[in-house]
This record gives sequence, structure tokens and C-alpha cells, in this order.
Amino acid sequence: MTIAETKPTLTSAKRAKGAVERIMNVIFFVCGIASILCVAAITIYMVISGLPAIREVGLWEFLTGTVWAPTAENPQFGILPMILTTIAGTFGAIIIGAPLGVLTAVFICYLVPKRVQNFCTAAVELLAGIPSVIYGLVGITLLSPLVARIFDLPSGASLFTSVIVLAVMILPTIVSVSITSLKAVPQEYYDGSLALGATTMTSIFKMNIRAAKSGIITGIVLGMGRAIGETMAIIMVSGNVVNMPNLFGSVRFLTTGIVSEMSYAAGLHRQTLFSIGLILFLFIFAINLILTGILKKGSKD
Amino acid sequence: MTVNTAARQAQAIARNPRSLTETRFRPMDLVLRCISVFAGALTLFLVAGLILYILATGLPNVTWEFLTTEESALNRTYGILPNIINTVYVIVITLVVAAPLGVGGAIYLNEYAKRGRLTRIIEFTTEALAGIPSIIYGLFGMMVFNNTFGFGYSILSGCLTLAIMVLPTIIRTTQEALRTVPTGYREGAAGLGASKWHTIRTILIPCCKGGIITSLILSIGRIVGESAALIFTAGIAANLPTNWFTHATTSGATFAVQLYQYADQGRNEVSFAIAAVLVLLVLAINFLARLCSGRKKA
Repeated sequence: MTIAETKPTLTSAKRAKGAVERIMNVIFFVCGIASILCVAAITIYMVISGLPAIREVGLWEFLTGTVWAPTAENPQFGILPMILTTIAGTFGAIIIGAPLGVLTAVFICYLVPKRVQNFCTAAVELLAGIPSVIYGLVGITLLSPLVARIFDLPSGASLFTSVIVLAVMILPTIVSVSITSLKAVPQEYYDGSLALGATTMTSIFKMNIRAAKSGIITGIVLGMGRAIGETMAIIMVSGNVVNMPNLFGSVRFLTTGIVSEMSYAAGLHRQTLFSIGLILFLFIFAINLILTGILKKGSKD
Repeated sequence: MTVNTAARQAQAIARNPRSLTETRFRPMDLVLRCISVFAGALTLFLVAGLILYILATGLPNVTWEFLTTEESALNRTYGILPNIINTVYVIVITLVVAAPLGVGGAIYLNEYAKRGRLTRIIEFTTEALAGIPSIIYGLFGMMVFNNTFGFGYSILSGCLTLAIMVLPTIIRTTQEALRTVPTGYREGAAGLGASKWHTIRTILIPCCKGGIITSLILSIGRIVGESAALIFTAGIAANLPTNWFTHATTSGATFAVQLYQYADQGRNEVSFAIAAVLVLLVLAINFLARLCSGRKKA
């Protein structure tokens, strides 16, 4: 009697449990593929909204045109100056930021007492937490006048100022990725190098940095991605005039091109801004592919 | 004398076991050491200088009135209360959307999915999401949430955009926390007859509480500092909420967006005051995140 009574409840409980399991399974699966869906949606939307204007203006005209006059009577949409500025700005930032970042990582990893190490790392990571508008604000109030005074320019808002701001902004990425990969180098390498008679500095620079190469390059490429996509910091310090990249001249980046005109653009002009977004997206996509390539190669080594 | 020197040398080596050839002077070593120290010092000086400069310039203008009123053109006073409220709205709604999705995604990757092509694709796309610049999120959010879904410039559009943006942070940090839970816990639970969901609910999630909270704090850090993605989606209005429920469907600027507005108009005094508030928030968030992830390890 009791068995007959409990048995059905047991099975129904089990069935209910099975149903819950199955539902949770589906829910977690959906959460899991959410990032795929997001990337797919972003890609599709960027392409859909970016293509019409490119088709209208003409891809070649759009990419290699040097005149950006969207509101002129006979509008011209050439974004070559912005593309070149973005490339120049990014490489400038890497040229300054990468050595500084890697050397800072060496400093924090090997030359600083163990107790202070964590504090230094935390301090550098703080740089990553500071919002980009604040970099822009400090850039325009402090750096820009300084640049103008040092180089005797009418205005400090220039590619040079943007490069410095970008270099500081990508520092934390490069430093923290470099520190992680330097720490992952086996102690034996370093010890072996010392045992062979190399000095500490030689061991660090000739052994450890080479062993951590793929990690350090990853950091630099990540920094590049950040520099390409940075908007709000450099919109204030770049001067915002569409010119071919000129170190001490006013320039406009791809990113700042979108923000500075989105508020009033309409029609084809507005569509071209989305096309600029698409070009930017392709840049980032390329960086991502490079990154996966490096990581794959690194894991094979 | 020689004995004394040798002993001292031995002591020095014992104290600091370095290469035996260190005694010979190499100019290149000195150069490398100097530039490394210089680079490190410069970076640390940048951090300290930047933060102190902002706080020193901005804090004198941060008054109680500044924090608790709205801007008044009539009285010529500035106040960021609307921005504080908007920021809180944005943080809460974004996390309500992103946290379950992110934590769920991490659990799926770590507990459900078999290692294979799907997990590789998920991990690749998560990395890709982390690498997409905020301006692209802004454009995407504007097209999808403002236009296609018809939300217009609203806090809600901004939140949904930011939810996608902070997703990778939450997934990655939670995944790391899940990996630190010993396999024995899962096996033990399975041995006791617990189902998967039961194990997740009663063992895994409580075990990674620290990691999950850290991920949320890090996300708050990103949300608070975000501007490019919000300008296009949440807009730039700075009004006190007239209706607490429908406020999310109206346009609203967070701190960072408001800061950009003022900086763009050249009103540096009030910009720096907001910057100081933001820097203090960032410091607090970093400290809290460190505290939480530290407790997880202990």
C-alpha cells in the first residue's frame, strides 16, 4: 500500500527533475551561444548598414579619395586621410608605448623588491580603469598647451598629442600582458643562463624576453586594437580637421570622424559614417585574426 | 684582507644569489638597467601624476551641492544628481541583463559543453567581443535598439548595448573562478546523486561567488567609464526622473557622457569635478575587485 502510494510520486518527482534538468540545459546552452549570436548580429548589422553608402560612392573612391566634403554642394566622400591617420596614430602609439611597456614590465618583474611588485602592477592596472574621456580632458588641458609651447605651434591639438595620449592608454595592456608572460617563463631558463655565466641583465634581455616573445607580441597587438578603436580620448586632442597625417597638424581619425558628425549627419552622409564604422570593424577583425594566429603559434611552441 | 673580501662577497651572494660574473662591470648591463628603471619610474610617475592632478584640480569643486542638485542655468550652478541617477540606472539594468547571461555562458563552457569546435568558436567570439571598440558598440546599439526595436535614445538602449559589451568580462572572470573549484566537488555531488543543475545551484555558484562578484565589479568599472557607446544609444539628456519606472525609457547621460559634454563646451572646472568623482569611483572599484578576488584565493 505504502509502496503503491510513494512510487508514483517518486517517478513524477524524477520526471519533474528531468524536465528541470532539460530546461536548464537549454538555458545554459542559450547563454553559451549568446556571444556567438552577438558577434554575428554585430557583423551583419555593420555590413548591412555600411555597404549601401560604399556602393553609392564606390569602394575605390571611398577608400582612396582624399577629399572629405560631405556637406558640400557636390559632396565628396574620401576617407583616405582618416585611414592613414588611424594607421599613423596607432603605429606612433605602439612605437612609444611598446618599448615603454615592455621595459616597465621588466622593471616590475625583476628590478623591484617582491613586496612592491603587486603594488606596482595594481598601479599600472589603474591606468586601464581610468575612463577615456578623462584622458581626453587631461590631454586637452595639460598636454595640448604643453605641446603647443614646446614646439611653438598655434594649437597643440595634433597627431603628436593624440599619439602620446594613445601611448599612455595602451600602456596598461602591454605591461600587464608582458608581466604575465614573463612570469610564465620557467625559472630554469633564467638559472641556466646565470649558470652559463651571463649577468642578470643579459639573462633577462637575452633569455626571458625571448622566451616570453609570443606573449609580449600578443600584448602589443592587443594594445594596437585598443589604439585603433579609441575615440573619446583623441577626439578632444586631435584637432578634428580632415587632413593627411601630419605629426604637428590637426587630424581626424576614423573613430572621431564618426562621433564628430553623427549628431547632424543625414542621408548619404549619415550612411557613409556607418561605412567608416564598417572599415573600422574590418581593421579590428584583422587584428583579431592576427591575434588568434599568434596565440595558435604560441601554443604550438 | 682578502679573507674579509671573500667573506663579504660570499655574504653578498648568499643575500642575493646572482651570476658570479656580476662582479665584472659591463656597460651594456648598466644601460639596460637604467632604461628599465627609467621606463618603470616614468610609468609609475604617469599613474600617480595623472590621478593626483585630476583629484587636485577637480576635488575643490566637488561640493555637497554639486552632488545633490541638477544643473541650473538660472542660478549658474552645476549639479550632477541626474547623472548619478542615470549611472545607477545604467549599472543596475546592464548587470541584470548581462550577469545571468555571462555567468550562464561561463557555466555552459565549463560544465556542459564538451571541448570541441563549438567551445572554440564561443571562446573566439568572446575574445572578439572584448576587442570590439566601444564606438562600434555605439553604432550597433543605435541601429538595433534605437531604430530597429524602436526604443529611441533611451537608457534602456544604452543598457542593452553595454550588456553585450561587458559580457566577455563576466564570462572570462566567472570561467576562471569555475576552474578553481576542485573536480572532487563535482564528483562528490554526482556521487551523492545530485543532478547537474542541483550541483551548479548548491555547490558551484556558491563556490565562485567571489569570482562572480569580482566580474560584476569589473563590469561596473567599464560601465561607469563608458562614453562612446552611450552617446549614440542613451543620449545626452540630464533630467531628474519624473517617473521612476519610465525613466529608463528616456534619454539620460551618465557621468562620463556628461563629462564629455562639458569638456566639449570647454567648461573645464566642472569637467574636472566630474573627473575627480569618476577617478574616486575607479579607485574604489579597483580596490573592491582586488579585495573580492583576493578572498577567493584565500
